Amino acid sequence: MQLLSQKTWPARLEFLYESMDFVSSCARALGFNADRISELELVMEEVLVNIVKYAYRGKEPGEVTISCSEDGGNLVMDVVDSGVPFDLLAASDPDITAGVDERPVGGLGIYLIKKLMDKVKYRREEGRNRLTLVLFKGGKTSPLF
Amino acid sequence: MEIITEKGKECVVVSVKGKIDAVTSPDFEKGLTDLIEKGETILLLNFASLEYISSAGLRSILAIAKTLKVKDGKMLFAGLRGPVKEVFKISGFESLFKIFENTEEALKSL
Repeated sequence: MQLLSQKTWPARLEFLYESMDFVSSCARALGFNADRISELELVMEEVLVNIVKYAYRGKEPGEVTISCSEDGGNLVMDVVDSGVPFDLLAASDPDITAGVDERPVGGLGIYLIKKLMDKVKYRREEGRNRLTLVLFKGGKTSPLF
Repeated sequence: MEIITEKGKECVVVSVKGKIDAVTSPDFEKGLTDLIEKGETILLLNFASLEYISSAGLRSILAIAKTLKVKDGKMLFAGLRGPVKEVFKISGFESLFKIFENTEEALKSL
């Protein structure tokens, strides 16, 4: 696996577009098409907004580091924060057949991450959350397009 | 994001251009809440020029739908395309709301 690029931002909403642009340029450099890049941007928004909203709640605002690596043509992204432990894979999927009254407002972001990425892995290590997102080169048929 | 509101006979048509994301969704939700406070109960959302929606936007839509339901109102959608259409599909919003090809079709249904 080869590290392509790595960058750290304060975990604040004002850096959202910059960090989304960062991952899309990594994906573009590896030759992913516009449709998959658009999905990736959506996933990165969901991941980053979660960190901004919840990771440092009640603590000093911290940072988020994103690294993009290439592994046999696949794009591997690591998103690391030092916030409270949070395994988004442990969240249960929302009932997408429920009606307006029954549906809780929220919970769809994590579901979109799981649906749109080819692989998602979570590790808590050395006081940090490390979320690994993988896009397969020419991978599965995109559910979006 | 840009919101254009047109008052019709039976509903208000809200055309949204650009992106509804974590940054813009509070403005989107406020725009719709203002309309409901002015007494509008049927909102037709024209998403023909909407390029992107994230869960923040879906959250706003669901919150508005809940408010409208209490008032016997409703939300209709028209013109969904590309990623927006598919995000609606993945999230089950396709079965939650009435979705039309374009605003003309939606208006005919009222």
